[in-house]
Amino acid sequence: MSEHHPNETPSRVTMLMADAAVALLFAAVGGLVIFDSLRIGAGWGDDGPQAGYFPFFVGVALVVSGLVTAVSTLRYEAHWHRAFATREQLHRVLQVLTPTAVYVGAIFVLGIYVSSALFIAWFMVRHGGFDWRLTVPVAVGVPLAFFLLFERWFLVALPKGPIERMLGF
Amino acid sequence: MEDIGNLLHGFSVALTLQNLAFMLVGILLGVLIGVLPGLGGANGVAILLPLTFSMPPATAIIMLSCIYWGALFGGAITSILFNIPGEPWSVATTFDGFPLARQGRAGEALTAAFTSSFVGALFAVIMVTFLAPVVARFALKFGPAEFFSVQFLTFCSFVGMSGSQPFKTVAAMMLGFALAAVGLDTVTGQLRLTFGSQELLRGFDFLVAVIGLFGVGEILVTMEEGLAFKGGAARINPRVVLDTWKQLPRYWVTSVRATLIGCWMGITPGGATPASFMSYGIAKRMSKNGRNFGHGEVEGVVAPETAAHAAGTSALLPMLTLGIPGSPTAAVLLGGLLIWGLQPGPLLFVEQKDFVWGLIASMYLGNIVGLAVVLTTVPWWAAILRIPFPIIAPVILVICAIGAYTVHNALFDVLLMLVFGVLGYLFKKLSYPLAPLVLALVLGDMAESSFRQAMLLSQGSLSIFWANPLVGSITSLALLLLLWPLLGRLLISSVTTE
Repeated sequence: MSEHHPNETPSRVTMLMADAAVALLFAAVGGLVIFDSLRIGAGWGDDGPQAGYFPFFVGVALVVSGLVTAVSTLRYEAHWHRAFATREQLHRVLQVLTPTAVYVGAIFVLGIYVSSALFIAWFMVRHGGFDWRLTVPVAVGVPLAFFLLFERWFLVALPKGPIERMLGF
Repeated sequence: MEDIGNLLHGFSVALTLQNLAFMLVGILLGVLIGVLPGLGGANGVAILLPLTFSMPPATAIIMLSCIYWGALFGGAITSILFNIPGEPWSVATTFDGFPLARQGRAGEALTAAFTSSFVGALFAVIMVTFLAPVVARFALKFGPAEFFSVQFLTFCSFVGMSGSQPFKTVAAMMLGFALAAVGLDTVTGQLRLTFGSQELLRGFDFLVAVIGLFGVGEILVTMEEGLAFKGGAARINPRVVLDTWKQLPRYWVTSVRATLIGCWMGITPGGATPASFMSYGIAKRMSKNGRNFGHGEVEGVVAPETAAHAAGTSALLPMLTLGIPGSPTAAVLLGGLLIWGLQPGPLLFVEQKDFVWGLIASMYLGNIVGLAVVLTTVPWWAAILRIPFPIIAPVILVICAIGAYTVHNALFDVLLMLVFGVLGYLFKKLSYPLAPLVLALVLGDMAESSFRQAMLLSQGSLSIFWANPLVGSITSLALLLLLWPLLGRLLISSVTTE
C-alpha cells in the first residue's frame, strides 16, 4: 500500500507529520474525555463509582498512548522523509471525498433519492466518461430500485426532499 | 448427548422453508458483499441489520450469519481472479491464487479455495457445537469480576498479539471506549461527553462507525491506488471440481494445521485476517513445496482459506457464550442480538435454546448451501467485477449512506459516517488497527458495567480481580499479554547486548 507509483510526485506531507498529528489528536481527545469526566465526577460517590469513573481512565490511557506514539514517531527516522502519499494519490482521494461530502450535504436538502441520482450521474460522467445513454438509466434506476426496496417492500422511510413532496410522497 | 438432541432440535428450527429461503438470500448477498470492494462482512451485515428488526430473531440471525459465510466465500473470488482481496482475510489467498489463475488454473484455485473454506468452517462448527455448551455452563458461574477479567483479556490480547505498534492498538481501542461512553449514562442518568449537543445524546452507534470505517474508508483507499479491475475469466466445470477434489486430500496436514490455527485465532480475538497470514506463513515453512509458494501452489490457497473460515466461524463461540465477539463481524452480529432484545452470554443457552441451536444448525446448512452456490455461480460474480469502478463506487457510497441513515433514522449519522470514513482512511495509512476500535465501541458499555459492579462489590478495591484462582489467573494472563510487547523488547535487547 505504501508503494508509490514511480512517476508521481510525493506530497509535502510526510509520514512523520501525519503520524504525529493523528497521535496528538488522540491525546487531545483523551484530554477532552478527562476534562468531561472530572466535570461529572470521576471519584467515588455515595452509591459507588460516579459516572466519570471509568471514562476518566479511558481518557488517561488515550493521552498516554497518543503522546507515546507521537514521541516514538519522532524517533523513527524512516518516517521523516517518506511522503504520506503522492500528490496524485491525494488528488484521487479528494476526487471521491469532495463529491461524497457534497452528496451528504445534499441529502439534508434534496433527500436521499434525488441526491443519489445526481451523485451517481456526476461520478459516471466525470470519472468514467460515460455518455448519457448509460448514465441516465443507471443514475435513475439505482435510486428507483432503492425506493421500491425500502419504501414499498421494507416500509422503511428514507429522507425525502421537495421533489418527492411535489410528487405526493 | 444432550447437545446432540439440542442440535437436532436446532435443525428443526432452521429447516423451515422460510429460513432456508433467507439462508439462500443471505449467502447470495454475502458473496456479493464479499466480491464488491468497500463492502465487507462487517459493514455489509451492519447495513442490512436494520432490515431484520421486524423478523423473528432466529430467522434474522440465520440470514445475517449466512451473509457472513457468503462474504467469507466471496473474498476468495476477487483474490484469485483479479488479485484484489475483497476482504482483508483473503489477502493471503492472492499470493498463490492469482498466479494460479494466470497460469489458466483459475478453476482449480477457486475449487481448492471454496472447498478448503468449507472444510475449515465445518470443523470449526463441530467444535462450536461441542465446546459452546461447555463454555456456557462454565461461564454461568461468572460474576462481574470474572466477566470484566475476560473482557480485559480480550482487549489485552489485541495489544499482545497485534503486529502493529502496541500503543497504536491501545489508542484505537481507547477511542472506541471513549466513543462508547458518549451519551446518557444508564446507571447515574448523567450526560457524558455530549457537550450540550442534542445529536450526541444518542451516542455513537457502532453500526455507523463500522459502515464509515470499513466501507467509506475502503473506497478511499481503493481510490488512492487508482485501481482498475483487470482479470481473467473464470470457468468452473464439474470435471475441474472433481479433479481438484481428488488432489486435495494430499494436503490434509496443511488443512488440519490451518483449522487449528483458525479455531484458536477465532476464539481469541485474533480474527480471520491474522489467522490466514499465520497459516500461510507456517505452511510455506513446513511444506515440501515451500519454495514454490507464491508462484501458484494449490497448497498456498488451501492454507489461508481454511484458516480464515475456521477463524470466522469459531469467532461466534465467544460471542454466543461470553458475549465477547471474536471478530468485527461477530461484533456486529452481537449488536444485532442486543437490538433484538437478546442478552448474549451464558444465559442465552438456557433461556433461548431455539435461537442458539437454530443458529448453530444453520451454520452447518449455511456452509453446505454456500459451497454449492459459489461453485455454481462464479462466472456471474466475475462478471460483476467487470462493471467499471466509476459506476460501482458511487453506488456503494449510496448504499453506505442509506445504511448509516437507517440505523436510527438520523441524518446526523450520515455525516458521522463520512467522518468515520476519513478516520478509516487515516487509520489504514498509518497502520492503526480497526478491529479493537470496533470491539471497544460494541463492548464499551458492557465492560464498563461489569467493571462498575465489580468495584461496587469490592468497595473500589482492585484486589477483587485476584479474589479467587479463576479470576486471578485470567487477570494475570491479561496483564502478561498486555505487557508482552514490552517484555519481548526487553528479551531481544538483553540477547543482543550479550
